[in-house]
Amino acid sequence: MDIRSQISMVFHLDKCIGCHTCSIACKNIWTDRKGAEYMWWNNVETKPGTGYPTKWEDQSIYKGGWEKSNGTISLRGAGKKKGLLNIFHNPNLPVIDDYYEPFTYKYLDLIESPAMDDQPTARPVSLITGKPIDIKMGPNWDDDLSGTPDYARKDPNLANLSPAEQEAMFQLERMAFYYLPRICNHCLNPACVASCPSGAIYKRGEDGVVLINQKVCRAWRMCVTACPYKKSYYNWHTGKSEKCILCYPRLESGHAPACMHSCVGRIRYLGVMLYDADQIEKMASADEKDLVDAQLSMILDPFDPEVIKAAKANGIADSTIKAAQYSPTYKFVKKWGLALPLHPEFRTLPMLFYVPPMLPVMATLGQKRKGQTEKMDPMAKSWNDDWLYDTTTEDLFGTIDEARFPLQYMANLFSAGDTEKVKKVMKKQMAVRVHRRDVTVGDLSKDKVSSILKGAGIDAEMANDIYNLTSLAKFDERFVIPAAHREQAIELMDFTGDTKGSTGFGFKETPGRGI
Amino acid sequence: MDSFFTALDNFFLIGLPYLALTVFLVGSIWRYRSTKFKYSSLSSQFLEGKQLFWGSVPFHMGMLVVFLGHLSALLIPRGVLLWNSHPLRLIALEVTGFIFGLAILIGLGNLIYRRLTNPRIKVVTNNMDWIILSLLTLQVITGLWVAYNFRWGSSWFASVLTPYVYSIFKLQPDISAVSALPWVIKLHIVGAYTVVVLIPFSRLVHFLVVPINYIWRPYQQVMWNWDRKSVRSTSTAWSIKRPKNN
Ligand code: SF4
Ligand code: SF4
Repeated sequence: MDIRSQISMVFHLDKCIGCHTCSIACKNIWTDRKGAEYMWWNNVETKPGTGYPTKWEDQSIYKGGWEKSNGTISLRGAGKKKGLLNIFHNPNLPVIDDYYEPFTYKYLDLIESPAMDDQPTARPVSLITGKPIDIKMGPNWDDDLSGTPDYARKDPNLANLSPAEQEAMFQLERMAFYYLPRICNHCLNPACVASCPSGAIYKRGEDGVVLINQKVCRAWRMCVTACPYKKSYYNWHTGKSEKCILCYPRLESGHAPACMHSCVGRIRYLGVMLYDADQIEKMASADEKDLVDAQLSMILDPFDPEVIKAAKANGIADSTIKAAQYSPTYKFVKKWGLALPLHPEFRTLPMLFYVPPMLPVMATLGQKRKGQTEKMDPMAKSWNDDWLYDTTTEDLFGTIDEARFPLQYMANLFSAGDTEKVKKVMKKQMAVRVHRRDVTVGDLSKDKVSSILKGAGIDAEMANDIYNLTSLAKFDERFVIPAAHREQAIELMDFTGDTKGSTGFGFKETPGRGI
Repeated sequence: MDSFFTALDNFFLIGLPYLALTVFLVGSIWRYRSTKFKYSSLSSQFLEGKQLFWGSVPFHMGMLVVFLGHLSALLIPRGVLLWNSHPLRLIALEVTGFIFGLAILIGLGNLIYRRLTNPRIKVVTNNMDWIILSLLTLQVITGLWVAYNFRWGSSWFASVLTPYVYSIFKLQPDISAVSALPWVIKLHIVGAYTVVVLIPFSRLVHFLVVPINYIWRPYQQVMWNWDRKSVRSTSTAWSIKRPKNN
């Protein structure tokens, strides 16, 4: 057992309101620079939709992540052989147009324009060439546009849905979509690290943050291809790749990352998880249907004395072990089994987990049948002439299968296509809701409530815990950041003996191409 | 007049190589140690990928072969001469070299065209890029010219130029044979020294950090600031150690 500690994250998708505050917080701090304008280390996508960069999930285009053949895994579009052979020209590298050409507006024209018959306009200009451009794409170009055929129907996750399921979605897409906020997953088996020929990318042992050493990166640009989540970006101005750093300077001083701190929907949770690093390769090579379970099995119980002992032997601080015990992410992921990794089939063992959205909260939609309407609760509404929008609580539990988003769609995103896994999570979430309805409204029979809880495999106490952490949790419960060990953190950057009495750490070189 | 040409020869064939080597060595070490953030191959594929293929790939492939050709004539002149002792093999070697030389030329042509015409690529082009591109074009044109007009280069390189280069490294420069060579060949030699001078100050640095160690390094890299097995042990001495990641 080789125990390491990892800062992990949980995003609760039902709570995301798609406000993009997170993206802007990140942009303001880290990527508002020349060459980085197009980078959104944090971005929020509308699902179903094509995302950013366009269709990033389709690995037949981007060749990211690991693939398994003959029992072993290898990088799909990079690695020692492919990477070095393609070093002069990487055939799988996305270009800026797959993201979008960054732009600004000539605002001054609004003021300086001479008096005319028409209102002056601020023309968009490219932030690369400075020339006027027609904007064709943006980082959230399909924001809220899930209904349009250009985006929703091109979602790579629709691939194995039956025509009927797809049709059901397209009937619904006009009113149903959800948001998928994404940052770097700080994976346990990061494809970006494995693909970097110069060895510039590394995982920090202390907290598992994956970083690119700006002094070692040589623009071989393999990480951009290899990361299946397209969360490693190439800075065309400095000739270096960059990625989400999980605001490590903030983490080290006990602050939540900027995207999480600013999250309006309070959907984000961050905490420590202890895991067994000896298992990484084995678990990343598991059969596709076992991947989620394999990954969860690596995460260890922070209360187990054996685990604590092994953690201490590996230099993990008491404060970190304690943080692991209070970790909200451990609860969501392991204890309650409510959160799933995004696209586990990419085999990078991502450490950002998602609570899949129930969506809609308490409604199902079905084709209207004759005589059905009479039986409906008065709350039920008709949608168009043919569709029935049912918001009754009566048959909530049975309706998960008929949810607005086919389970298969959710499963394609969060469990490598295994609908049972997603269903289990949905059932638990539904049980929590039923339980809370029982507590607050009390219009359901006790038998029914307890049978629903039992069917979901949770009890009333756990349901309350889930409810508390989901809905009421305060800042300190959502973000359990281990004591900073600032004294050690500083030494990650420099030898303190040399720099005592000087003004700060790190290096100072103006960014630019060449010297 | 003669003494003028002797002085020129002395400068370009003795002075320049020593200057070039010194600048290259000192410059590379300084560059590697102090401006690492700017040490990069400065790839522009992200802004334009399709045209680049027809430039970068022929250029680099040609470069690789032609460079290895020059290198083997320098390192194993006897081997090259032995190989060339059979006319068919000589011709095969020369033709291969010429074809790859042409590949460089074609590649350079495409790279230059791309830099001149693509508005995005123009933005990321600096003066040094132009200097390097012009210099390399000059090199490949003179190289092809020499290969075509002064046959058979691979043989006389090994018997004339190799001893000259060795004499430079032995600090007993002997230019008697080289100074008698035609001016195109001399121009090619001087061009080569100039490229060497410019390596540390241009994107050519990427050639010094070709990532061969990727072949044997493990895929995953994890870095600890402290030795994690001893960080919690009271008996470990405090060590003065620079972190590895910066
Ligand atoms: S999400 Fe991508 S960039 Fe982040 S650690 Fe995983 S492979 Fe690397
Ligand atoms: S700030 Fe929070 S709620 Fe708003 S888009 Fe980002 S993740 Fe969603």
